[in-house]
Amino acid sequence: MQLTVWTYEGPPHIGAMRVATAMRGLHYVLHAPQGDTYADLLFTMIERRDARPPVTYTTFQARDLGADTAEIFKSACAEAYERFRPEAMIVGASCTAELIQDDPGGLAKALNLPIPVIPLELPAYQKKENWGASETFYRLVRALSGPAPAPGAPRLGAEGRRPLCNILGPTALGFRHRDDVAEIRGLLNRLGIDVNVTAPMGASPTDLARLGAADFNVVLYPEIARAAAQYLQKAFGQPMVETVPIGFGATTRFVEEVAALAGLDPAPVLAEHGSRAPWYARSVDSTYLTGKRAFIFGDATHALAAARVARSELGFAVVGLGTYGREFAREVRAEAAEHGIEALITDDYLDVEAAIQAAAPEIVLGTQMERHVAKRLGLPCAVISAPVHVQDFPARTSPQMGFEGANVLFDTLVHPLMMGLEEHLLGMFREDREFHDGAAPSHLGGKARTVPPEPVTTVTVAAPASIAWAAEAEKELRKIPFFVRGKARANTERFARERALALITIETLYDAKAHFGR
Amino acid sequence: MNAHAPLPPAPSEGCGVSLRQERGQRAVFCGLTGIVWLHRKIQDAFFLVVGSRTCAHLIQSAAGVMIFAEPRFATAIIDERDLAGLADMNEELDRVVSRLIERRPDIRLLFLVGSCPSEVIKLDLSRAALRLSQRLAPAVRVLNYSGSGIETTFTQGEDACLAALVPEMPREAPNAAPSLLVVGALADVVEDQFLRLFSELGIGPVHVLPARRAGALPPVGPNTSYLLAQPFLADTARALEARGATRIAAPFPLGSEGTTGWLRAAADAFLVPEARFAAATAPGIARAERALAPHRERLSGKRAFFFPDSQLEVPLARFLAREMGMELAEVGTPYLHRAHLAEELALLPPGTRVVEGQSLDAQMDRARAARPDLTVCGLGLANPFEAEGLATKWSIELLFTPIQGYEQAGDLAELFARPLLRRARLEV
Repeated sequence: MQLTVWTYEGPPHIGAMRVATAMRGLHYVLHAPQGDTYADLLFTMIERRDARPPVTYTTFQARDLGADTAEIFKSACAEAYERFRPEAMIVGASCTAELIQDDPGGLAKALNLPIPVIPLELPAYQKKENWGASETFYRLVRALSGPAPAPGAPRLGAEGRRPLCNILGPTALGFRHRDDVAEIRGLLNRLGIDVNVTAPMGASPTDLARLGAADFNVVLYPEIARAAAQYLQKAFGQPMVETVPIGFGATTRFVEEVAALAGLDPAPVLAEHGSRAPWYARSVDSTYLTGKRAFIFGDATHALAAARVARSELGFAVVGLGTYGREFAREVRAEAAEHGIEALITDDYLDVEAAIQAAAPEIVLGTQMERHVAKRLGLPCAVISAPVHVQDFPARTSPQMGFEGANVLFDTLVHPLMMGLEEHLLGMFREDREFHDGAAPSHLGGKARTVPPEPVTTVTVAAPASIAWAAEAEKELRKIPFFVRGKARANTERFARERALALITIETLYDAKAHFGR
Repeated sequence: MNAHAPLPPAPSEGCGVSLRQERGQRAVFCGLTGIVWLHRKIQDAFFLVVGSRTCAHLIQSAAGVMIFAEPRFATAIIDERDLAGLADMNEELDRVVSRLIERRPDIRLLFLVGSCPSEVIKLDLSRAALRLSQRLAPAVRVLNYSGSGIETTFTQGEDACLAALVPEMPREAPNAAPSLLVVGALADVVEDQFLRLFSELGIGPVHVLPARRAGALPPVGPNTSYLLAQPFLADTARALEARGATRIAAPFPLGSEGTTGWLRAAADAFLVPEARFAAATAPGIARAERALAPHRERLSGKRAFFFPDSQLEVPLARFLAREMGMELAEVGTPYLHRAHLAEELALLPPGTRVVEGQSLDAQMDRARAARPDLTVCGLGLANPFEAEGLATKWSIELLFTPIQGYEQAGDLAELFARPLLRRARLEV
């Protein structure tokens, strides 16, 4: 048993729902007790979908337990077919139905429906949401992509047409999947590549039958599509591109790899990338971003991409990197080693909170949970990965991928931080009567606040024993700009504790500054 | 079975409403959801769900951002290893509870909340609660109830929780004066208003269940009369009666008429003189009337369709029909307690179609055919219906917003008027 307040991922059948809801013409019959329909509102509220997810729940109750539940499943399945007339159906059990051991696959087969019915085995007590999405998509692709072509058979219509690829991985409830797909489709089109099928998002079971016609596959989200792409590689000999085009550098590499597979020249597209992010990062106002300490946590795809962008494209120092997705722990560990740190692989947000406190970052890049942790700790934060709340399914176009995605990322990662000029002015005028931290904003009259803001230190350190500050040292500390004062206080106290000093003097303050100075 | 069959011909009951039952797919919350408001009410209680990742995911989805304000609820997620053998699972549960109590020494009352998985594998949480109670006494009391979807629908979770508290209530002294017990979690502000009104009526002593602190449970005995503040408390009522308490039959305190009827039932039971009743209630009635008037204009003549959710549907429909002049296309409720709702059913317009239970697709078809002006439904249906052109009011808000009593009557009407006002206002 695991004590849990907050979970990064839902159970695996939520992953299956994400695939089903993303597609057209597919229906999911889920053997589940009354109450499991709560999952509908993730799609109708967080993603603001205008239709119910294509899911029929059996919603059995206690009085149905016994021989009845299998019968309920069969009638729900038959009625769902009659009502929705899908091209194909997936059937499976949620955690409770897994325990009562009805066999959805066998029961559905007995109905002899005139469409493909794909049974899903989603072990709810071992696996989680992303695994469920990956498994569901893999099962669908296996069942529907048709027989493998004979060895050496030429690809259908390969002559006299533009290169053709599939885009694999985008689902419902995916963080920025909608805009990522639009961005990558545009990029591929500029390169001269046509998209055969995008799946699961927007695809029908019939579309999945056409997957084999493409020359290669683009895996946008490995968590969801790697297994399916590996199958297609084996069965259809389709190579795959697994470089995730998040960030300017990664997008450039992606373009080069895709162009190489398609036998095209990437130079014209790369020459006219249209991204402002590289220039913005080089402009002098960004100098202050150098060495900003960033803590990064999320799904593996987004955490890895964010770490590379943070270091190479913004000049941050990555002081923490982790993921809740155990399936990709190896990749994240390898990347963390590149930054000289140890990766954090956990799905317990309290571990993440402790790691953030220990790393003392200046910005946190994470999920909805890290946003709340950062708020508690008084740290700037940007959201880079699911799980996310409703505000991260925005109305405006905001991809993470491609060259426009790089622009979006620059803004997203920099806005929570103080911009360079602002930081400089605040430092310069810190003793000014309008600029000191006790002053209210000038548009509110600039009067001193009666209640001083709580110092950041109260949440960042849990000092075992408090160390006394000499009055002059305390006074000197007040001269340090308020937005770095908490860190200075924590560092000085740590320095003093390590040396078993009873009193912090001005000397100690500056010794510590020299010691920790970067 | 899950038949999407047309409704069978309905036997009309004495009260003049057409009462039908329906079975099939249900789009409702399970009883675990009650934790989200119950933990706010009982301030030193902790709710530990013993369930699956689905249960944890549900509570986090229902609790939204509240999850970060050091909430007093959590889930002990059952994993594969636990499913291997039951004895091991009890040890695991003890370990989780010990860790929890170490982290939260302020907890005085711990609820072990059963879920579908824990009920299906027949994990004996009542024995676990007994065992843990002995171990953690006297600092922490451990109780259990089930909030599973197979047994409870949404607000029935509160019923199961309060019913678990009843045996813990102290015995009333044999010669105690007659006392009033108000049953059902109400917003603190509403509870305080009602306590003031009872005091003005000269009714006392008055206690509430649940109390705000676990150690302050009210006494109960043959001299206790109880008044239900919520319509979903069947098991709690039964448990109170087993301890000798007597129910005061009343409509529920929604809207001005409901509040007056509710207070009058108590006043009659406590022999409050008519003049005193009129004097105590007149200001509230007058204020409620002033607050309701502007919304009546917008709601009058409009047709409402209720999907089943909380069992509040019948009293809400009564309020909208009688005080706001709305028409009722259909009133769905997940469960209908005939005795507790007798006063409400009698007040509904004759012929109102009340449907107990649900067959989701069939009911959605009926809603589309009825083209109501306002559809009261859950968040899973609201946006899809809006996209089809039906104005909706999402029902869960009616559980989290103070809506009972005179002072909230206007707010209650506004909750239904606002979606219509918004529709009229938007030009996109």
